[in-house]
Amino acid sequence: MFTFIIRRLVQTIPVLIGVTILTFSLMHLIPGDPAQIMAGESASPAQIEQMRERLGLNEAIPVQYAKYVSGAVQGDLGNSIRSGRPVAQEISGRFWVTVELAIYSTILSVFIGLIAGVISATKHYTFTDVAIMIVALFGLSMPNFWLGLMLIQWFAIGFDIGPINTGWFAASGWGSWQQIVLPVITLGTAGAAIIARMTRSSMLEVIGQDYIRTARAKGVKEQVVIYRHALKNAMIPVVTVVGLQFGSLLGGAVLTEMVFAVNGMGRLIIDAIRARDFPIVQGTVLVFSLLFVAVNLLVDIAYRFLNKRIDLN
Amino acid sequence: MSEQTMKNAETSSRPPSPTAQRWKSFYKKLRKNKAAMVGGILIIFFILVAVIGPSFTPYEPNVQNHVNKLASPSSEHWFGTDHHGRDIFSRIIHGMSITLYVGFFSVLIGATIGVFLGIISGYYGRMVDTVIMRVMDILLAFPGILLALAIVSVLGGSLNNVIIAVGIFSIPVFARIVRGSTLAVRKLEYIDAMRALGASDARIIFKHILPNVTSPLIVQGTLSIATSILTASGLSFLGMGAQPPTPEWGAMLSGGRNYMWDAPHVAFFPGIAIVIVVLAFNIFGDGLRDALDPKMKN
Repeated sequence: MFTFIIRRLVQTIPVLIGVTILTFSLMHLIPGDPAQIMAGESASPAQIEQMRERLGLNEAIPVQYAKYVSGAVQGDLGNSIRSGRPVAQEISGRFWVTVELAIYSTILSVFIGLIAGVISATKHYTFTDVAIMIVALFGLSMPNFWLGLMLIQWFAIGFDIGPINTGWFAASGWGSWQQIVLPVITLGTAGAAIIARMTRSSMLEVIGQDYIRTARAKGVKEQVVIYRHALKNAMIPVVTVVGLQFGSLLGGAVLTEMVFAVNGMGRLIIDAIRARDFPIVQGTVLVFSLLFVAVNLLVDIAYRFLNKRIDLN
Repeated sequence: MSEQTMKNAETSSRPPSPTAQRWKSFYKKLRKNKAAMVGGILIIFFILVAVIGPSFTPYEPNVQNHVNKLASPSSEHWFGTDHHGRDIFSRIIHGMSITLYVGFFSVLIGATIGVFLGIISGYYGRMVDTVIMRVMDILLAFPGILLALAIVSVLGGSLNNVIIAVGIFSIPVFARIVRGSTLAVRKLEYIDAMRALGASDARIIFKHILPNVTSPLIVQGTLSIATSILTASGLSFLGMGAQPPTPEWGAMLSGGRNYMWDAPHVAFFPGIAIVIVVLAFNIFGDGLRDALDPKMKN
């Protein structure tokens, strides 16, 4: 196990190098002169030169990259063009908001996805199964930003049903539970749909196996068969999906934060792109990727832990 | 893409052609899958709407009418009007071609590059394989929409840049699938036999490896169109894609969201349009997978 973790850590090194090269390149891939673009259209040549100096664009590319990486390792991601504050500081204020949003949404999608998937698998080819799978297909096909807008419409603006108004939740911000519910549902739905589908097919495969028949033949209660024997093994592929899903979730967080005006990293990156504040764009993309790589590392380790069979290979 | 391949199958169908037979049996299986047929028919319908719909819309998509702003759905304006008094129904019909165009072309870009890289990687192995696959790992390390977002932030927001960005975003999936299939086929004995007979690499790849990867490729292509449409409309919603007044559905949602307190329909209909189109591609893709590639069911 220990050697596995070390090996897996070593494997992420090339990926991390690649990620830093790509985020570093962002600034250099801008068509035209990045200094000109960031200084603004009305900037004088002197101001542009000053901007170029500030961004370190006068040095050779490899030197710039080396400085970028050594800075990043020490938590220095440069300074924002707009506010002049360190990028790391801008991000740190918002990092936990996005992480919280992502974690709550993951919990919601795993919870709903597992329950729906197990119900669907145990009652497969019944009306319940078909209904759950149709709902899941919708969940999968819905743009989450639209779902967010609709939830705002239905549960923040609300309808009047007799004396009751359904506007129970807040339409924007982050902090109180009224503000958290709608963004988490918005972001968690697609994941729940994918996990439900995965759990169902994985469960169906496991339920068809001999040892489940044996357990039933022994007279083990159906509940125990499903939850202790089947679900445990059916979980293995589901864990991988949860890890991969976390990527789309982080991407989806950008849209969700924009819909609900949540001050997280997603909103930061969009504002930065609009303002052509590239150090912030670079820094945010980097942090998003590092987060995703770290989560996948954890998931791989968890997968290994759950599935002891891989050890033999 | 499937139509194209079907045409190829037809032209090469001298009496007992295995390709034609394969397509026939595939179509038989597909016909049994009701959901897939529904998805396929819907997609054909959407293509028709995209091609001929715009000539039949009751209003011009970009003509503003400030007297009749944010009107609720009625017999004159089926889906109501937006904040500039434009007919939402007409705009959605005009937006269909944009949505399908973005979906098809971004997947075409992603699939072409992905297939190329996947085949090279799987066929030649060793260093080439390691390098290509590590690059794919790096692309996959950017979560979800962020890679596309980063690319658009560099290129600038426009519909064509969105197609490029979403295309690049879908390269790794294709590369991985094709690499896997190529690896499996390359090890078969008859490929060695072909090589012993002096067949060139290109011949082996085009004649023997590529036909073997078409099934998973078509399935993935269909499902990728669904994802690409979602990603692209997301970028447009963020203001990074189609620019106003283009009747792109994501952009329409982004324009309408500020008015939805007074006029809920402004944000409802463009979203439903996205859901239905994406749903059709997802259903069709699921069905294709069941029909073409039962092993991929997971």
